[in-house]
Amino acid sequence: MGEKRTVYLDHSATTYVRKEVLDAMVPYFTDHFGNPSSIYRIAGESRKAIDTARAQVAKALGAGPEEIYFTSGGSESDNWAIKGIASANVKKGNHIITTKIEHHAVLHTCEFLEKSGFTVTYLPVDKYGLVDPAELERAITDKTILISIMYANNEIGTIEPIAELGVIAKKHKIPFHTDAVQAIGNVPIDVNAQNIDLLSLSAHKFYGPKGVGVLYIRKGTKIDNLIHGGGQERRRRAGTENIAGIVGCGRAIELATADIEGHTRRIRALRDRLLRGIQRAIPDTHLNGHPEKRLPGNINISFEFIEGESMLLWLDDEGICASTGSACTSGSLEPSHVLLATGLPVEISHGSLRLTLGDANTEADVDFVLEVLPKVVSRLREMSPLYKGGKGGCNVQ
Amino acid sequence: MYSDKVMDHFKNPRNVGEIENPDGVGEVGNPVCGDIMNICLKIENNVITDAKFKTFGCGAAIASSSMATELIRGKTLEEAWEVSNKAVADALEGLPPVKMHCSVLAEEGIHKAINDYRKKQGLEPWVEKNPHSHEHEDMTCDH
Repeated sequence: MGEKRTVYLDHSATTYVRKEVLDAMVPYFTDHFGNPSSIYRIAGESRKAIDTARAQVAKALGAGPEEIYFTSGGSESDNWAIKGIASANVKKGNHIITTKIEHHAVLHTCEFLEKSGFTVTYLPVDKYGLVDPAELERAITDKTILISIMYANNEIGTIEPIAELGVIAKKHKIPFHTDAVQAIGNVPIDVNAQNIDLLSLSAHKFYGPKGVGVLYIRKGTKIDNLIHGGGQERRRRAGTENIAGIVGCGRAIELATADIEGHTRRIRALRDRLLRGIQRAIPDTHLNGHPEKRLPGNINISFEFIEGESMLLWLDDEGICASTGSACTSGSLEPSHVLLATGLPVEISHGSLRLTLGDANTEADVDFVLEVLPKVVSRLREMSPLYKGGKGGCNVQ
Repeated sequence: MYSDKVMDHFKNPRNVGEIENPDGVGEVGNPVCGDIMNICLKIENNVITDAKFKTFGCGAAIASSSMATELIRGKTLEEAWEVSNKAVADALEGLPPVKMHCSVLAEEGIHKAINDYRKKQGLEPWVEKNPHSHEHEDMTCDH
């Protein structure tokens, strides 16, 4: 037996930090540790580093550096965008439009606002997870103060028609927020061309460090602060800057957006090889999400008659890291809200498997999964009373 | 998250399968909830001489089925009826709190299979002593 290999296929959960990114960060832990708010010379190094990172992020989004704010991550950015817009515009209206398939950072924030008098429309999606722009337009009222629709879904990988949705938001002069945490680096983003007013990012999804994120806020957008305190981030977001994290975020986004087309082509080829292999080897599967309009590295597929957590345990035993939309891993006993929103039957949602590929994955990884996964699925099906191919347990009379 | 014992019974489940002409069969759970257990028994002279299962569910559900069938083999029906969900969980060196319902399912499956046998014999089914003890806070799946 050789060394046990690890095949990491959960890049939508988090990515490793790229070597170049870590190298850029390290001096800001040790040498250039000065508080950017201080006046002495070593603090100047920290300020300069933040300015550079801000310019790198701005460039990746087609934004101005004065529109980029660093946060502690995607969840804070989503919270800030939604709560900040809501409280700054409460005199104008109390209606927010979002979708049923948002990340919990958006959904639970909206639910929180519902408790204090806001009304929220959760737009439905079609069987592929797509939002219908006409549906968005119909949901708009004269009280609507915010539209928040994710760029690409973290579970099923569906890419929403953001530019079309942006046009509608602009036409009605309503601020348009998008959670682009999964999208960045995988699709070209231009906040002006796509009429995006607020956009959330999280560095650890694009080979940067955890604990740092971005909120892009279009100049002139009326928004309150979320974190109150010192005057950092042009008095918009208090707290001593996470300099090393911010430096890592800037370098990571620069690398992630340098060649989106090449990255997409390479990852998609690997993904398609894996998906086709799974579909060829295993009967009774259901691909969740859109066949084409999906993130290049995303596979979300349901295997009938079996449950997701037991699949993950076996895959983990073989060194394969994946995730599932089954209730049994969420602690909530409800399967994924995203899968249910696409109309997938609950029992098939329990058998979903998400594999998300990243830059370090190879054809050998794909082939290894194709060797292991069919065995795992058939082993579990053999012991499932639902599986028609087997005896299905003793007959109940 | 799981004990070594749970992982052992998940990876090497004992007693998977069916019994030809079983004397008692119990199927519990619901595909909507994400777990179904099918337990069948061979009973001779009031003793469980064989027990097999098939389970759709998570690692804890499979391990609980495996352990439950192990615990009741060779026992009289009266003894097997007394095997509680806690006994199954303890034998597995514990289950995470959110997974305790898997052991409850195993106990219910055994009870259902025993009562199936009793009914076939023309006997009164035994009554669950404390059915509400099986309700585990918000663990009920009511789709």
